[in-house]
Amino acid sequence: MVRVLKLELKGITKRFGSLLANDHIDVVVEPGQIHCLLGENGAGKSTLMNVLYGLYEPTDGEILIDDEPVSFRGPGDAMAAGIGMVHQHFMLVPVFTVAENVALGAESTKAGGFLNLEDTRRKIQEISDRYGFDVDPDALVEDLPVGVQQRVEIIKALVRDARVLILDEPTAVLTPQETDELLDIMRQLKGGGTSIVFISHKLREVKAVSDIITVIRRGQVVGSADSGASTTELASMMVGRAVNLTLDKAPAQPQETTFEVKDLTVVAPNGHHTVDGISFSIARGEILAVAGVQGNGQTELTEAILGLQERVSGSILLDGKELVGRSVKDVLDAGVGFVPEDRKVDGLVGTFSVAENLVLDLYDKAPFARGISMSPAKVLENANSRIGEFDVRTPSAAAAAGTLSGGNQQKVVMARELSRPLRLFIASQPTRGVDVGSIEFLHRRIVAERDTGTPVMIVSTELDEVMELADRIAVLYKGKLVGIVPAGTGRDVLGLMMAGLSPDEAHADKLHHRDPALGNDPVPGNSPALGNSPTPTSASRAEGGDHD
Amino acid sequence: MTDQTQPHHPDGNPSGPDADKHEADKHDTDKHHTDKHAADKHDAGRPHTDKPHADRHHAPKPADEETAAVVSLDTAGGAMGPSAVPATAQSGKIPGGPETLVRRIFTGSGTVSVLAVLLALILGGLLIALTDKQVGATASYLLARPTDFLSAVWNAATRSYVALFQGSVFNPRGGGIGGQFAPLMETLTIATPLITAGLGVALAFRAGLFNIGAQGQIIIAGILAAWTGFALHLPVGLHLLLVLVAGIIGGAFWGGLVGYLKARTGAHEVILTIMFNYIALYLLRYLLNTPAFRRPGESNPISPILDPSAVYPQIFGSQYRLHLGFLLAIAITVFVWWLLNRSTVGFEFRAVGANPKAAQTAGINVSRSTILVMAIAGALAGLSGVAQVAGTEKVLTDGVAATYGFDAITVALLGRSTPWGTFAAGLLFGAFRAGAVQMQIQTGTPIDIVLVVQSLIVLFIAAPPLVRAVFGLNPRRKKPVTAGKSKTAATTGGAA
Repeated sequence: MVRVLKLELKGITKRFGSLLANDHIDVVVEPGQIHCLLGENGAGKSTLMNVLYGLYEPTDGEILIDDEPVSFRGPGDAMAAGIGMVHQHFMLVPVFTVAENVALGAESTKAGGFLNLEDTRRKIQEISDRYGFDVDPDALVEDLPVGVQQRVEIIKALVRDARVLILDEPTAVLTPQETDELLDIMRQLKGGGTSIVFISHKLREVKAVSDIITVIRRGQVVGSADSGASTTELASMMVGRAVNLTLDKAPAQPQETTFEVKDLTVVAPNGHHTVDGISFSIARGEILAVAGVQGNGQTELTEAILGLQERVSGSILLDGKELVGRSVKDVLDAGVGFVPEDRKVDGLVGTFSVAENLVLDLYDKAPFARGISMSPAKVLENANSRIGEFDVRTPSAAAAAGTLSGGNQQKVVMARELSRPLRLFIASQPTRGVDVGSIEFLHRRIVAERDTGTPVMIVSTELDEVMELADRIAVLYKGKLVGIVPAGTGRDVLGLMMAGLSPDEAHADKLHHRDPALGNDPVPGNSPALGNSPTPTSASRAEGGDHD
Repeated sequence: MTDQTQPHHPDGNPSGPDADKHEADKHDTDKHHTDKHAADKHDAGRPHTDKPHADRHHAPKPADEETAAVVSLDTAGGAMGPSAVPATAQSGKIPGGPETLVRRIFTGSGTVSVLAVLLALILGGLLIALTDKQVGATASYLLARPTDFLSAVWNAATRSYVALFQGSVFNPRGGGIGGQFAPLMETLTIATPLITAGLGVALAFRAGLFNIGAQGQIIIAGILAAWTGFALHLPVGLHLLLVLVAGIIGGAFWGGLVGYLKARTGAHEVILTIMFNYIALYLLRYLLNTPAFRRPGESNPISPILDPSAVYPQIFGSQYRLHLGFLLAIAITVFVWWLLNRSTVGFEFRAVGANPKAAQTAGINVSRSTILVMAIAGALAGLSGVAQVAGTEKVLTDGVAATYGFDAITVALLGRSTPWGTFAAGLLFGAFRAGAVQMQIQTGTPIDIVLVVQSLIVLFIAAPPLVRAVFGLNPRRKKPVTAGKSKTAATTGGAA
């Protein structure tokens, strides 16, 4: 059924105003290949794929399929040419069944205009069986786990005869186990002749599955490598300088316990217990990392501590003071530094200047205000010193925070929260959507805060981050604390805990099923393979461009 | 580019190359169509893209060529700056990019306001012409002598607008300097309540609240101020102060109540303020029929005249209606500017208005801000009520608020919710109101035309792209360059 197809992007340039998002990018996806586009957030990967998928018109350059130039006026054209895309955020109707979702947009009808789902159902079953997707055509999409929903998206593309499948950051929403399953699926699809363009910034996955890796930085192809390249090399290419992926972190020196959560329960407006009887404590000078798949109560837990949740029972003690029932202001004044999980929604006022954002929760304190009169000079002074200290890349302190890149926005939030003496530091997703270079910096700041004797709580859905920062790891599943395990606990055990198994069960289970895909490379940055180093940048580009 | 070999950019001046580009970009604003050429030139300079059809574009005019060269130079230096690709480029939104000076001027919202006024005046002029007899007469032989028709159109419009100007700013036929500037005094008098009520709407808007309730706030303030003015008899100075305080409290109460209900129950402020306008109006009508408010011996619903000690002194003597309220309006504009830009309270308002979730996370009490901003907005509108009863009318009738409360919304909108913008917009609308009368007397153009112009202004402000399109300020759409087309172009080559 699947014809092989060679896809070539030649000199693709995409310009937004004076901004060059893609600068003469050349990429060749050979038939039946998994081609990875590796690059930081904002490097131009998604722009490039949107050009390929017909969502953007390139300013310059051309797309060739089997050496024939094509022009896409929209996703419809791209689909017809055999290109399918699975977006990071699924385009599914939750209340429709799998079959209905797959049929949507290409419904076949019986006489009289009645919907004919039989056909679609059969095709889904066929694909599902062939690749072992295990998808029931009649299940409602909203009842399916995220990983399965993603397979529905893939089926959608395959039913439309996609021969090149673009997967845009597909693993961002998956548990480690689901990620491994997806990587398996990708290998099978490749075996069946489908080429895959895999967009990611996670080095571990990229190395596990790619045939060839093209690294993009600031809109340009800066080099290519194969999966044998070491993570350090790939990271350096992505960032453009040497990157130290492993954090040099002195062992924790926990002191007395000053932060304690007892039987904390948060009830959502719909009566659902989003946090369900959680108890833990953090000592001064210690980092507790809270791991878990997104949406298992992490948000509610941190918000309950800050005083943002309404129906909270149990007890939260900081330095012996009860925080439950206090206002956000009281909690902040008690010395809590809080980095919210979504900086754009909760952490920053996008239209405010960087300077104003740097005092967003300090604006009424000396020296920024006397009475109700604020001192712009002091606000600016503070901004300039924070911008320097945290290396925030901004045109000026007066620039609107919303115009900064994700990494720099996060630095603004971190700089603000770390700029006063803290008794507790909570950071949710401290490096989500942040470039590799900034991650390194932010992680060091977090550890530095710990070393000054602050209890630190990190909430992250990125297992790598959890494993790197944590002194102890707490795993949440469906609002309950699955367990707290020491740092150094294996990725597979943590993954099983994230799926709800207790630490003991997880350890037992691990012994039975060694994960074939990734079990052999559990720690990133440890790859011994140095033989296939990435080709130097400009040379490969020059060669790649001269095909015709 | 050299970027790959370059060491990590020195942190000291990350904006270095960007800044240069800003400078240079000023020269090539609105030359987007040359970007393609620029890209091509860019292209030609690179070894790996030196393909045969790199010069497929049609021979550019020399001028274009030149600009293209400039652009290509710029981008070579600029696009490589640190974090050149903001996150927005990923999400599919087209980022504004670094704004150039000229573009900021022309696409900035303040300019849209000015252009909207201009456009509304032009359309208003056409409407005036449409109702003009002379225009109608010349239209019958339009084809024979079109110049007659056009000059009639021009005459009709200009005559009306000249009359409008004479009625609102300067009337050369007025007796002496005093008479000549009488229209301006009238404009300022009418502008006074517009400005303060406009500030009330603007302030609430900056905090994310749409205050439709200035009308009701003016009325309640007017009731309290008027009652204080005619029922109490106090010494000069103290009496006026009390009238002022009564009005402010009245407006603040009526506005604050809306804020309270919104904060406590989540009711929408637009619905609340509209309903509160009705309540205020019917309360006023009821009160004017009670002995406490109705003027003795009067059957019409009208209150006693306010004590002389309770009214604003007239600034330039008794020949003009302009009163102390105008100076107060200037002072209040300064105050609102300070409040918004220099106080912690204003910081909270703006934060809540721009991103309530972030404000809440930063410890700002959003409910308290909502109540407070509505109270202050009500107090500002209340000052308009005071200006009416203690300044121009000196009595309380059921028309005390006229349509000031609703015009205030337009004023705030036109003023882009900035204090001084609102002030300027208030003056403009004051001038329209004052001049319209003169215009009708002199040229017979109906007063309603001014309302049409006002409405058109709102319409245009609500649709900035429309205004920019009319004035040709929209960034030009890039010529679609698709892969297929370029192939065609390449094969046909220069022969096409």
